[in-house]
Parts: sequence; C-alpha cells; structure tokens
Amino acid sequence: MAELKPVYPLAESDTGQARTSSGRKVGEISLDAVVRGEIGPGDIRISPEVLRQQADFAEQGGNPQLADNLRRGAELVAFSDEELLDLYESLRPGRSSALELEQLAARLDAGGAALCAALVREARGAYVRRGLAS
Amino acid sequence: MSTGPSLRAQFYATRPISRDNLVPENAALGLIAFSSPNDPEPSLRISDGRIVELDGKSEDEFDLLDEFIARRGIDLAVAEEAMALDDVAFAQALVDGATPRASVTRLAAGMTPAKLARVLALLAPVELLSAMQKMRVRRTPSIQAHVTNRVDHPLLLAADAASAVALGFRELETTVPLLRDAPLNAVALLVGGQVPAPGALTQCAVEERLELELGMRGLTTYAETVSVYGTEQVFVDGDDTPWSKAFLASCYASRGLKMRFTSGSGAECLMGATEGCSMLYLEARCLAVTRAAGSQGTQNGGIDGVNVAGSVPDGMREVIAENLLAMMHDLESCTGNDTLMSSSDIRRTAHTLPLLLAGSDFLFSGFGSIPAYDNAFGPSNFNAEDIDDYLVVQRDWGFEGVLRPQSDDDLLPLRRRAVEALRAVLDELDLARFSDADAEAVVQAHGSLDVPALDPHLVPDAADQLMQRGLTALDVVRALAVRGFEVEAERVLDMLRQRLYGDYLQTSAIFTEDMRVLSALSDPNDYAGPGTGYRMTAARRVETGAVRQVWAPATLVAEQDAHAGCLQLRELGPAQRGTRPDEVVVGLSPAFAHTIWLSLSGLTVAEVLRQVLAGIEEEGASARLVQVRRTLDVGAIGSTASRLAGSGIGIGLQAKGTALIHRADLPPLGNLELFSIAPRVTRELYRGLGRNAARYARSAEPEPLFLAESSEPLGPNYHARVVALVALERGSVVASDPLEVEATWPS
Repeated sequence: MAELKPVYPLAESDTGQARTSSGRKVGEISLDAVVRGEIGPGDIRISPEVLRQQADFAEQGGNPQLADNLRRGAELVAFSDEELLDLYESLRPGRSSALELEQLAARLDAGGAALCAALVREARGAYVRRGLAS
Repeated sequence: MSTGPSLRAQFYATRPISRDNLVPENAALGLIAFSSPNDPEPSLRISDGRIVELDGKSEDEFDLLDEFIARRGIDLAVAEEAMALDDVAFAQALVDGATPRASVTRLAAGMTPAKLARVLALLAPVELLSAMQKMRVRRTPSIQAHVTNRVDHPLLLAADAASAVALGFRELETTVPLLRDAPLNAVALLVGGQVPAPGALTQCAVEERLELELGMRGLTTYAETVSVYGTEQVFVDGDDTPWSKAFLASCYASRGLKMRFTSGSGAECLMGATEGCSMLYLEARCLAVTRAAGSQGTQNGGIDGVNVAGSVPDGMREVIAENLLAMMHDLESCTGNDTLMSSSDIRRTAHTLPLLLAGSDFLFSGFGSIPAYDNAFGPSNFNAEDIDDYLVVQRDWGFEGVLRPQSDDDLLPLRRRAVEALRAVLDELDLARFSDADAEAVVQAHGSLDVPALDPHLVPDAADQLMQRGLTALDVVRALAVRGFEVEAERVLDMLRQRLYGDYLQTSAIFTEDMRVLSALSDPNDYAGPGTGYRMTAARRVETGAVRQVWAPATLVAEQDAHAGCLQLRELGPAQRGTRPDEVVVGLSPAFAHTIWLSLSGLTVAEVLRQVLAGIEEEGASARLVQVRRTLDVGAIGSTASRLAGSGIGIGLQAKGTALIHRADLPPLGNLELFSIAPRVTRELYRGLGRNAARYARSAEPEPLFLAESSEPLGPNYHARVVALVALERGSVVASDPLEVEATWPS
C-alpha cells in the first residue's frame, strides 16, 4: 500500500499516524489518560520525524533557513531540557574556549546532531577570529 | 514692555507634545533614521559558491553578523541578479500590486542589508503602506496583548487574560516585576487565556534561559523575547551571538514551541554602539540575522527603542520601513506599537494608525489590555484606557483591527470562570489559596488598584514551589479536570497536543477560535491590488460596528417621550397678518410641541418658549404665536413670522432649539441675530433673544448676546441626535399655511 503524502496542517490531515517522541500516537493523548497519570513529559514532546516533516513543508514554502532550524530542532529532541540549557549557555560569548567548542561539537555529533555540530564549528571559527574564544 | 515669552509661547510650552524629547540628526551617534554617511555601499562578491565580500567588507574583515549573514542568510542562487537590480525598479515592484509578493521575497532573499536599506529609503509613507498590504505573510491580521499587573496578582492575570481573549487578542504576553513570580504568571495566562475560547497563545517574557524552561514545561506556548542587535558590540553586550541565538531557536523547535526573534531601531543607540550607522541599516542587519537563524518571525518596529527613533526626523517612517523589511524577508511581523511613544495623544496615534490601515501579522506586539499603570513593560502605545477609542476607529475605517466590543454581560462570567479555574488549580496543586473576597474583587476590578493586597510571600513562594516540584502543564491539565474544569482542561491539553504536530512552527502561525492553524502555508497573503486579499466578512463588519457608543433609536424616542405634553398648542385657525406696531410674531417649527419636546440644550420646548415670550414681555412688546408647517428651515420660519408681524419683526424657533430674529424686508435666508449652536443656548440667552426682538420692534438698541466660551466638540456629541430630530421635523412638514396657535403650560 502506498504511503499517503503528508499534508499541512498535520493536525487536520493526521489519520492516527503521527507519534510523539516517546512513540505514543498523538491521538492517544486524551484527558482521561492525563488524569489517570499515564502521560509523562516524554509523551508531550514532538518527534524528530514530525519536525523533519515540518522542515520539508517550510522548504517547499520557500524558507530554507526555517527548514534548517526545524531540522536542527529534530536533532535536539533527544537531548534533555537540562542538556539543552547547558549547550545554549556554552555557546554564549566568552563561555567556552575554542577547544571546548570543538568538544561540544563532538558531543553533538555523537548524539546524532550533525547540523547542530556544524553550527557550533562555524561559531567556533567566528569566535576565534573575533576574539570571543581562544 | 514685557521681556518674557509671550502668552502664546507660554501656552505651547505647557502642551503635552512639549514633553517629548527630540534631537537633531547626529550620524556619529547613530541618531539618523535612513542613509547615514557611514552606512556601507551595497556590495556582494561570490567566489566558488562562497560570499567573500559583503557590503564593502572583505571576508577577513567580517564581524560576527556579517559572517553569519554571509554563511546562512543570503540566497546565492538569486544574489547576483538581485544585487544588480536597480533600486528604483525594485522599489516600484515592491509597491506595485500587480507584482506578485513571491517575486519580491525571492529577490529580497538575495540582497544584502545595505541594499535593502537603500531601497526602503526611497519609499514615501503611503508607498510603504501599500507595499506592506501586499507583503505581510498571513492573509488574516492578528493582534497581541500585554497582560500584566504591577503586583503579579495571579487571579487578576487570569481574569485579564480571559478579558483579552474575549476582546479578540490571539497572543498574550506577560512579564514580571519580580522574576521569581514568572512561573505563576505563565500559569495564570495559560489557564485564563483558554476560558473564553480555545487557541490563544501565551508567553512570559523573561531572561532567555528561564523563558525556555517555562516553554519546555508547557507553561507557555510560544516565546518572543529572543533579542538580536545590529552591531557586534551590542549583540555581545546582550550576552549572545548569532550562533547562540540560532541554537536557542532550535531548542524551541525541538520542543515544538513557536518562537520569534526581537529587534528594533534605537536599541544600538541606547547601548552606545551604532558604528555611526543609520537605524534602518542596523535593523536590516538584525533582520538578515533573524532570517539566517531560521526564526519564523520577528517582533520589530522600534519596540523599546521607539522613542529613540521618534526623536529624529523621519523616525516614524523608519519604524514602518523596518516592519516592511521583516515582511520582505518572509518573516512573521509582530509590529511594535507596544511602547508609549509620546505624551501627545495625537502623536502616539499618528505612530500607530498607518500600520493599522496597512495591516500586519500582529498589529501590536503588545496592546496594553490592562490599565497603563499595570503594564509591567511600561505603558504600551495603546492601553486598556484606549480600547473603546480603538474600537471606534476600527469602525470608522473598516480596517481589520481584530478586536470586538465586549460588555459587562460578556466579560464578567468569563472573568469569574477564569478566576475560579486558576484558584482551583493553585489549590489542587497545593501552591496557593485565595479568599472569596479576593476572587470577587478581581472579577469586578479594572486594575490592581481595585483589589486587596496579597501577602507579599504568597506568589513568589508558590512560584518557587512550582519550579522545585517540577510541575508542568500536564499537572495543570490534571488539576483542572479533577476540579471540574473539563473544558479548560481539554483546551490546555490541546495546546500541548498542537506542539506534537508542529503546525504552528511554520511562519506566522496562529490558532483560530476553532483551532484551525492560520500560517504562511494555510493562509498566505494573496493581496494583489484592489478587490483581492483579506476583507472583512459581513458578520465581522456587524460585530465591529456594535461599539458601546452607538445609541439605539429607542433612546431618542424615550428621551422625547419623557417630556411629551410639557407644552400644549391649541390651533386657532389660519394665521393672519397683524397690525399692532409693537407686535413680534414667534414662528414655531412643524414638530414643535408635536413630536419634539426636548431641545438639544436639554431645555424643554415649553421652557424655551416661556423664556422667549418673557423676554418680549419684559421689553413691553406684544407677542403672537404661529406654527409654520410648510418648512423646517429656521430662516424661512423666521421670515414667515416676520411677514405676519405688525412690527415686521419675527422670531424663528426650531424644536431642537435653533433660533433667530428676522425682519420682513430681509431675504428669507437672512436674519438679524442667530443662535445656530442650539446645544449651548441657555435660558438667559433665549430670554435675551425675546428682549432683542422686542427692541428691534420698538426701534431700540439691542443688547449684544454671546455664548459662553467652550471648546467642547459639538458635532460628535450632538450630530446623531440632530439627524434624528431633523427627521422628526421633516415628518411633520405639510403643504399647508401657518396656523395661529395659543400655548398653555400644564403645571
């Protein structure tokens, strides 16, 4: 059976296929389930697949930068809130040396976040050239 | 001879506009709206698919912004074509309705900041607005509210969030006087904002890291205060770089949260590092960074720096130009108007009105939906005090201002429900408890000055608890459901579900009240000249028309009926010409004491006539009454009366109160004295009119009669009533000759 081509908006076209990052179907996130305590924070986190689909929509809509951002977002789904806050902190000016930025990029690469790693490496080059990291 | 300022100069010094600070242009300080001599010449050089020169700087000279823009912000496929385009030709394409929006955005994507700034400097105000009408991303305009109060009263925030959504706001932004309170403020908006209708987005503007954390917990549904700046120095002083901001944007995306950047002219001046460049050029750099970072949108147009832009020549045109530039980058435009920009009501309105006429994705990035004193951002350019004015201006022009009139009957049940829902959540989660008196005061309150003070520890302690216990929106949903607020629980849960689909990560996304997502992809702006693009529906037009100030025709009927019979006129037969040389004839209009009983001044027709007759009698003349039926024109009535009078002097009296003295030998539309401003005629003046008519009759010198001074507007206060009264007069006109009448005043 041919897979249906996804249609924007997904909330209206979803026939029960869309899943959250925990693998649960979005349609299963019911009020009863929340009250029964069956829904955890992982169940209300967007999945990388859905983000990549939205990135494709953005690209088709003529905004490759937004698409890139959503693809970077897809890479970051698996990182915990605390990790993301720390990564962001490390990228702020004067927080990290060139070496630390390279280690950060490697950490991202190891976590499957190649686009984010490239962003960090690009930042490292600029920071060094402009004296924000040594 | 006096040497001080003239009385006129002293008067102008007290005008509100004289409190505004204006400065001369000063390019060195960046106090220049467009085209600083220090702005670079546009240039772009590409070598081996890589930008090696941007706006006069070679690659090795790039600062952080240049580098980021060069690597990520410019579409190399169109750059050479776009940069070669003549500025005027591109400006014309921008304004021309027949040139499709998409062809403008395609070319803009290949232009450098200096090129774009130079093109926009060419546009006159109305050209900017025409371009804006075409270039905004979303077809349907929307609007954002500030919902804050000066004490972070959570119940009041919830009630005010409900009021804001009822009024039509689709994004609500809060912030805090006390940072610790932020999580509770966020919850108050999340709950209160879902009471009147589903789908309003809520945010809490605080420091970047905390703002992200609130979003991750689901306590906010979007973020906006991701600030970027136009020079490297200020960017770094703001404790970020383009890359850290881009990473932050991706963090929001990773949690399915809508986010937009913020910039705006004047910020670099306030931070003292403009590199001598114009405001528009620096903003063009901000917007290039915003697009390059993959933010779906921006809040710009002055914002906190609007008063800096407002201090220099062309400042307001620059602010509109930067809004337009965001749209040209295909960014969601949340277009400022969120800071009080002048002490002058005329000037602050002049800042905002053009944008309202042109339309944008969000007309305000914070209309103060709460009283100005409660705005924790500082007063917005429009505040709760101005909502009725805004609604009437929306009705006047028929632009889509997104708001709708709301009465107490509409709002009070929603405010009560919002207060009770939040109260239940905070109680259920064991965070805070409030008394019935607190709750009821909030429902009725206009602002925080109307509610009892809270224990100062209550809110920050509850907020600390919320953070320490790791509570999330799921806990809020559960508490709402358990305490019987299933509808609100479903709506808050639906906001969580929406972030699993990510539809509202697309550019310019909002939710309608039936939870459809409107965005660049589902509701693209299709304006292409007259007859195209967004137009109000008939139902929406009716909704915007029903402002509080419209009075029902029944009001006028009741007003007149309350005085019916205050004067009785008995018809004595056809009016004849009199012979007594001291006789003044008073001509009454057709509806006088028939269908009109109350004149515009608030005096009854009985009292008006009593005073006129008393004046004639005081001067020893005699009076006779006729009712003119063929015309309602006060000149013709007076002329008819004068030609029936033995003295040749007549008075014309319209039921609405307009009065004059006429003489038989004058042309019908002439007169000796006229009270044309009926609303301001007093008893004493009507009496004086009678006395003067008698003096003319006796060939004595009349006394001068002047209205008391007043600068109250007349038309807006009375014209609707004048039209209704004239219609009554017109209804009484018959093709018959004047009748002699006798008046009696029932006691």
